[in-house]
Amino acid sequence: MILVFVDHDRGVIEDISLQGITFARSLDATVEAVVVGGEANAALLGEYGVTKIHHATHASLVDYTPQAAGRALAEVVKRTSPSALISGGTPRGNEVLAHAGAMLDLPVVADCSEIDLGTSTVKRMRWGGNLIEHAKVHTSMMIASIFPHQIAALPAPASAEVASFEPELTAQDTLVKIIDRTGEAAGGVTLAEAKVIVSGGRGVGEDFTLIETLAGLLGGAVGCSRVVTAAGWRPHAEQVGQTGTKVAPDLYIACGISGATQHIAGCKNSKTLIAINTDGDAPIMSYADYAIVGDLHQILPAIIAATQAAKG
Amino acid sequence: MEVLVCIKRVILAGNTFVLNDDHTDIDTRHLGYTLSPHEESAVEAAVRLNEEFGGTTTLLTLGHVDSEEQIRSQMAIGPDRAILLETDGSEWDPQATANAIIEAIKKEETKFDVIIFGSESADTAGYQTGIRVAHALSLPIVTNVKGLKVENGVARCERAVGTMREIYEVPLPAVLTVRDGIAIPRYPSVPGRIKARKKPMDVFPVEKPAAKIEKVKLELPPVKAKGATMLSADADGAHKLVEIFREIGVLS
Repeated sequence: MILVFVDHDRGVIEDISLQGITFARSLDATVEAVVVGGEANAALLGEYGVTKIHHATHASLVDYTPQAAGRALAEVVKRTSPSALISGGTPRGNEVLAHAGAMLDLPVVADCSEIDLGTSTVKRMRWGGNLIEHAKVHTSMMIASIFPHQIAALPAPASAEVASFEPELTAQDTLVKIIDRTGEAAGGVTLAEAKVIVSGGRGVGEDFTLIETLAGLLGGAVGCSRVVTAAGWRPHAEQVGQTGTKVAPDLYIACGISGATQHIAGCKNSKTLIAINTDGDAPIMSYADYAIVGDLHQILPAIIAATQAAKG
Repeated sequence: MEVLVCIKRVILAGNTFVLNDDHTDIDTRHLGYTLSPHEESAVEAAVRLNEEFGGTTTLLTLGHVDSEEQIRSQMAIGPDRAILLETDGSEWDPQATANAIIEAIKKEETKFDVIIFGSESADTAGYQTGIRVAHALSLPIVTNVKGLKVENGVARCERAVGTMREIYEVPLPAVLTVRDGIAIPRYPSVPGRIKARKKPMDVFPVEKPAAKIEKVKLELPPVKAKGATMLSADADGAHKLVEIFREIGVLS
């Protein structure tokens, strides 16, 4: 049996978590899930092939509580002795696996693209997906997160039984938890969920009006490279890349971005990538489906005008 | 406020990697070194805590003796002293790294109020060293911190999720792992660089234990040379793009 940690935000389960479940099914026919707090979400998890949900409920588990989630996970591991513990490679997934790994004193292998339980070997991502490591894991039980967007989440309908339990938590386990949330997007499109991202780099300069205008017309979000946030031109929340947000929109328009590994790690899963750059040999060009070589300050106004005309 | 920042020397990655002949490592003959971006921001955040509350910042790194270069360059913006856990430069896995750091912290006379890590290293990215250290020292931990404010011995931490922010509060002493953007690193001044050369650095050799996660080899991911369709840089190209917007369904 493979145990999957399914993270959720107030009950909402991200696609990356479903990717983790889909991956787990390739390792073993039986997949069970651990859900901490919120709802068990039996209908959705059953649709993705989970046959049993270990649902941790506790008076202290009101909102996301990382260490308590790790404790609940470690408890289920001890009780059920799975052949592996898997999670989708979300920030919460990686965090909770690390807590569980520390509690169980077992290695945790992050961002895996392949796992072979027979030989205890993995392929995992380094440098945000720009380099693959083949590793042998010396462990009594594999704990691994799955690199986002490595595989598509696919349903495999099953019926999921829910087993609720109250984990034994220490005071320290519930000390660190979400106590508030701020900055709700006012109808704006978030970078991680946007279908369209218009992104600017050093070549744009300080004035992002053209980028914002095209993003607005396409109902998309504004992104940028690390150079731009380091210069203080745009807020860090808009940074796409290895140390910013990793995105996978339907359309990514990279304007004045050369394509350093730092940036490519964040945008290479875009379904369609359009590059606009003065340098036809820039690395971003090898990731582009469509490219325009030229000055974005002349090209973007033409694209904006044509898009406005098309919208009528 | 006594702050410890754990940093890691990584290669200065450009646009592509070149592997050595047996594909066991990156060919570093023509490469420079730097710090992970998250950790550059971590050092800046630590220095700001000292500016607000006094106290000192200590840097700690596990790595090759040449890591002194990264330590000195970070000292130029403020940190007061450093601990170098000297290895032969080969890779240590997350548990081995965490255990060496735990031993070093336990040996310290200084009681740290805040221990800061990058949320993950730029190169091997295990997302766990800080968490393992926190557990071993029985300290609370907040990870992925992108905004920090300390008041009355409590750290208010912001974590970014999309365009929203989650707020956590943790009493000090605590471990924090931070992300690029928590504080944009300042440029070192010339006097800062000169002072950095003379700041104290303790070097302790450490023995590498057997790896739990043993690197076998490295592989470059296939770059699907997409062979971009070139469009002209004029109104004609713009109209073709609009057709593409329609085809892929982002414009009705």
